[in-house]
Amino acid sequence: MNTRTNLSYCYDGSFDGFLCCVFESYTKREVPTLIYPYDEPQCSLYPEKQIETDPVHAERVFASLVNKISEEACELVQLGFLTCLPQKELLLYRFIRMGYRHGAGVVNWLADKTVHSLRKAVQFATHEAHLLCGFVRFSEQNGTLASVITPKNWVLPLLRDHFCSRYNTETFLIYDKTHRMALVHQPGKTEIFPLEQFSLEKADNTEAQFRRLWKRFYDTIGIEGRYNPKCRMTHMPNRYWENMTEFQEPALPSGKPGTKAFAEAPDTLLP
Amino acid sequence: MTTLEKLTILTDAAKYDVACTSSGVDRGGEAGSLGSAVKAGICHSFASDGRCISLLKVLMTNSCIYDCKYCVNRRSHDTPRAAFTPRELADLTIGFYRRNYIEGLFLSSGVLKNPDYTCELLIQTLKLLREEYRFRGYIHVKAIPGADEKLLSRLGMLADRMSVNIELPSETSLKLLAPDKSKTSILKPMALISGKIQENRHDLIQYRHAPKFAPAGQSTQMIIGATPDTDWKILRLTEGLYKKYQLKRVFYSAYMPVSENALLPPMGTKPPLLREHRLYQADWLLRFYGFTADELLDEEHQSFHPLVDPKCGWALNHMEQFPVEINQAPLELLLRVPGIGVRSARRIRKARQSGSLDFAGLKKIGVVLKRAQYFITCSGKMREGLKFTPESVLRALISEEKQKLAEDVPEQLSFFSGTPSHTGHPAGGFSGKLIQ
Repeated sequence: MNTRTNLSYCYDGSFDGFLCCVFESYTKREVPTLIYPYDEPQCSLYPEKQIETDPVHAERVFASLVNKISEEACELVQLGFLTCLPQKELLLYRFIRMGYRHGAGVVNWLADKTVHSLRKAVQFATHEAHLLCGFVRFSEQNGTLASVITPKNWVLPLLRDHFCSRYNTETFLIYDKTHRMALVHQPGKTEIFPLEQFSLEKADNTEAQFRRLWKRFYDTIGIEGRYNPKCRMTHMPNRYWENMTEFQEPALPSGKPGTKAFAEAPDTLLP
Repeated sequence: MTTLEKLTILTDAAKYDVACTSSGVDRGGEAGSLGSAVKAGICHSFASDGRCISLLKVLMTNSCIYDCKYCVNRRSHDTPRAAFTPRELADLTIGFYRRNYIEGLFLSSGVLKNPDYTCELLIQTLKLLREEYRFRGYIHVKAIPGADEKLLSRLGMLADRMSVNIELPSETSLKLLAPDKSKTSILKPMALISGKIQENRHDLIQYRHAPKFAPAGQSTQMIIGATPDTDWKILRLTEGLYKKYQLKRVFYSAYMPVSENALLPPMGTKPPLLREHRLYQADWLLRFYGFTADELLDEEHQSFHPLVDPKCGWALNHMEQFPVEINQAPLELLLRVPGIGVRSARRIRKARQSGSLDFAGLKKIGVVLKRAQYFITCSGKMREGLKFTPESVLRALISEEKQKLAEDVPEQLSFFSGTPSHTGHPAGGFSGKLIQ
């Protein structure tokens, strides 16, 4: 029986939705040339097919990733779905097809074009998540710790366990402004959900004091004789700075310790 | 004095200590406690000098009874002095930690009154953090040389990492510049710590919940370029420290002139950053690549080549061991090829199981072919069109190294600057479905 290739799939943007695209392709013997979410319409010459999300189908495909390929492959697919790679769906789809055909070994085909691109994208996403474990800055407002991030990849699922374990006694929120999603944790309960709008409140006295102390620490710890802005930029790209307390103006007075100007700094750090 | 002023003085006095890693221990959060620790360490920011900021690095006090000539906090130096109270410092640490500014505390101190008194101040601070605030984040503490063994043991039970600075690479240099310190006064606490760690390992086998003594191990640092000690001497000392005291890391600190003294390089001398960089590269070769100090340098060659890295230097002197066949060579041999790192060597081993690798494949895997090409074959063949003599290889490697140094000037390399593999994602262990 011939496989049909001249069509594209449109799904709801969820991971389950994507798994249903895989399901559809195998049950209907179709190989889509394009897979994309509703809210990112693509220009395609081929007829578009709407794929309904069915949790039962999704679950079957999910289980098959582990059973027919491997746990590592299943993890790679999930991580791949979090990346910001353009048309990641098609790449993942191709990877899954290879996996079904050749089995567990495909994850080690490091010199293969598909596996290489997928691994590279996943490495970027996990690296970004690793960086953000350090670069997230919380502000305390009314007993809640709040933070805004602007990552390229969808990193909240990757940050969840780390922050929930570390701050298990706290109530905190991390808002992903790029993907308009929020991670909210209260002792014993964690959720990731879509949120259209969120911004930090004005800092109260204690909060402003800690920001001031932190900025002072940051400005003092660098050794002038080793000044190396290029190296700093390599490790901490500029795009992260906008959300980091230590780079918010105004700069603090740099008087000598003991003087009045030194001790009294304005309370007008961000926001 | 306000906290802001104290913080400024005591940060400024601590900044020359180079170690700032938060690595070596994995400790998940616990219900009701604040904090956790991650084995690979986490950088929270990078200072204007490009160094990672991971811990709140401060001194308990910068007052000191000693007069070490290379030190900013020496008794005879005219500089503002300050001291934190244990409570003040604990509050500051928690305030920073809750806001995710830091991974924990790196606490060192000048010696106030006497070593025991100073050590007790450190213990009080750590006790407040661990017991009252139930803090599970990372703590690196400096052992105070000369303090009582019992006090040092208590300190080690509260910290993740302990370190004693070896300061200068030889006894003669110590005598000259740090008359109050001696080789034995430094090595004694080092031996004590390593002994305690060993002892504790034994306890842990018997009792799973035995309290842990410095679970992230011990480290040290030494100053480079203040004395005439050679690279060879420094590297052999480093090797000895790793072997004898099971140190986790040895850090090098390029000497930054902080005082005018006939025995020291004059003020305004540039810190020997390139030399520091070469030593870190060699240190990496000792720890992860299976090299020994005497392979890299010897009696006749006591300093590293400034223009090529130590691994290239070694390879050029041992051309008889090359080329290495990528599809067959064992891991130890792959690791000796310039341009192949630990990560790419492991990847090669994985990838060649499913078919032989060619040069294009190696490039995808992350091998730096510009360097590696002179030393490898793929299925018996050198890279196509490659013609070279030992001299032309040296020239090529030098020009490549020049570009690299221009881009990324000497810096503490981080083994975990990326996540080591996709399984190393910060969510920790992988189980079940990630995306709900």
